Amino acid sequence: MLEAHDLACLKGDRLLFRGLALRLEAGGLLRVAGPNGVGKTSLLRLVTGLALAEAGEVRWRGTPIRRDREAFHRELLFLGHAPALNDLLTPLENLRFACAAAGDDIDEQSCITALARIGLENQLDLPARVLSQGQRRRVGLARLFLAGQRPLWVLDEPFTALDVTAVADLAATLSDHCEAGGMVMLTTHQDAPFARAPAVLDVGVYAC
Amino acid sequence: MLSTFFAVLRRDLLLAWRGRADVLVTLAFFVIVVCLFPFGVGAEPNQLRAIAPGVLWVAALLACLLSLHRLFAQDHVDGTLEQLLLSSEPAVLWVTAKVLAFWLTTGLPVVAVAPVLALLLDLEQGGLPVLVISLLLGTPILALLGAVGAALTLGLRGGGMLLALLVLPLFVPVLIFGAGAVEAELSGTGAAAHLLLLGGGLAGALALAPWGCAAALRVSTE
Amino acid sequence: MSRPDRGPSILRFAAPQNFYPLAGRLAPWFAGLAVVLTLVGLWLGFVVAPTDATQGEVYRVIFIHVPAAWMSMFIYLVMAFWSAVGLVMNTRLSFLMSQALAPTGAMFCVVALWTGALWGKPTWGAYWVWDARLTSQALLLFLYLGFIALTRAIEDPRRADRAGAIIALVGAVNVPVIYFSVKWWNTLHQGASVSLTKAPSMATTMLAGMLVMAIASWAYTLAVVLWRVRPMILERERHTEWVGAELMREALRQGGRA
Repeated sequence: MLEAHDLACLKGDRLLFRGLALRLEAGGLLRVAGPNGVGKTSLLRLVTGLALAEAGEVRWRGTPIRRDREAFHRELLFLGHAPALNDLLTPLENLRFACAAAGDDIDEQSCITALARIGLENQLDLPARVLSQGQRRRVGLARLFLAGQRPLWVLDEPFTALDVTAVADLAATLSDHCEAGGMVMLTTHQDAPFARAPAVLDVGVYAC
Repeated sequence: MLSTFFAVLRRDLLLAWRGRADVLVTLAFFVIVVCLFPFGVGAEPNQLRAIAPGVLWVAALLACLLSLHRLFAQDHVDGTLEQLLLSSEPAVLWVTAKVLAFWLTTGLPVVAVAPVLALLLDLEQGGLPVLVISLLLGTPILALLGAVGAALTLGLRGGGMLLALLVLPLFVPVLIFGAGAVEAELSGTGAAAHLLLLGGGLAGALALAPWGCAAALRVSTE
Repeated sequence: MSRPDRGPSILRFAAPQNFYPLAGRLAPWFAGLAVVLTLVGLWLGFVVAPTDATQGEVYRVIFIHVPAAWMSMFIYLVMAFWSAVGLVMNTRLSFLMSQALAPTGAMFCVVALWTGALWGKPTWGAYWVWDARLTSQALLLFLYLGFIALTRAIEDPRRADRAGAIIALVGAVNVPVIYFSVKWWNTLHQGASVSLTKAPSMATTMLAGMLVMAIASWAYTLAVVLWRVRPMILERERHTEWVGAELMREALRQGGRA
């Protein structure tokens, strides 16, 4: 399972936090909280292996994530602040590429279904640049419907720019994933109707 | 395993096609740089003929250099690069795919136009095949080495100039053997040695540069 | 970085808090050595060594030129070595060492080029000829400048460290290729008419003078790099406790003197 101990994060030459420990078991939903600038996004990037910790280490199933990067990434889905959309491609092309780039073999029909489920069935063939912020967000989130085989989901502000029904729908999806034995770690500023109240990790406690 | 490679390759080629103006700009730049030389050194045919291989090679090198910043910039801004770095496939694979797509959309058009420009400079017909072969072997090396520099200067202020300072010294051997091959062919000594060395350089760059580029991308996004 | 302190092991000094005082103690010794050896070397070179039969007095510039050229190449190798160590072992001090070395290497490059030009004017009749060694020396200078520019352009210190290390290694792999290609190009274009090959029978005093000057450059480099790396260590480690204590100690010393 995912665990980290004694994590310290340096951004530029400022130490954001230190001594941070976390543990996420199967079925766990962890909400990373804290004021702006405390290092929530930086923590997510440390956990995914995109950033290098100043001290401490992150372990997945007992192995440091840097030891076997590819094996860890096979079980990880990270949706960052940037939605990873190219403006010249359609939502469908973007989604198919995102899956293929991650190493998943997903056919076109599943991608269309996923996009329709998140409410983009009319935008399948439009270039991404004409989409609204909320719609762009959704293209990224559509990957959640195709990533059931990846147990660990790490999501940075997934609820931003979504309307109320979409938030409820997404919360239900995340709850279902946890119910099925998955793990979700996310940052958010708004309350979402999760089936079970998430555990909260306050980064502010470890701030320097 | 190769599906990631082909997915990246297909996407980058598609993007190049949708934004084909960029490719045309690169080509126009290549043509204009070559056309500047007669204005600078005079239109004396013998002189132009003498400097033609060097001019064509320097212009091709600059055209490649000026498009290098495009290689990762967009993916870096929109977050695609992060997703690629989190891929369960080795980074070397998709880095190679990106460089290949870059070369197909930048290097290859330059190689295709070069013989026409060679005629402008009155390069002897006998040198044309060697010019094309040397560019075919040499421009991928430029793309591979340049990719490392582009990855290192990702998102930096004044990254373009810095990129030039970093990679131009590394381009010198390619320029020497590339332009040298054409001159050797024209002077009658034969271009085989030059072309073999370029081929060796390409093999070496293909083996090493993607690793360096992948490492540089991780460093730049950390 | 918490590295285990294993008794008297040399690795102990890989920890910045141990290396910092050591560097401070060693640097003045190397500086003194550099001054003494430079004086001896210059005396050997400019007073004792005989006038060259073919080149006259001009040749004496080699007592500065050749050690500078050697040093500029050697320092790049050392930089690449520390960069590799830093990337593999993740020791921050190695990155700092290679960054502290770069300006000195660039300086020796400039000295070698400058003295080479001064030597070239009376010998070849031109300040600059596209000689293989001069040209590759100039390219080496560009590699140094690229390294320095890259590490200075990146604001995040850790990214700067690693990016610099990668470009140093890329450069080190390419240096032989560049040298070989420039040499090849040079023989094709210029023939052997201009060659820097020294007279076959070099007087013993000439050789001695050059070796002394080379060792002096080593000592100089060590002294300057140790001095340069100390404030870099303090800056990087300023959020640690030992730096706070060290600065306090230094402030007390200053206060006591005033």
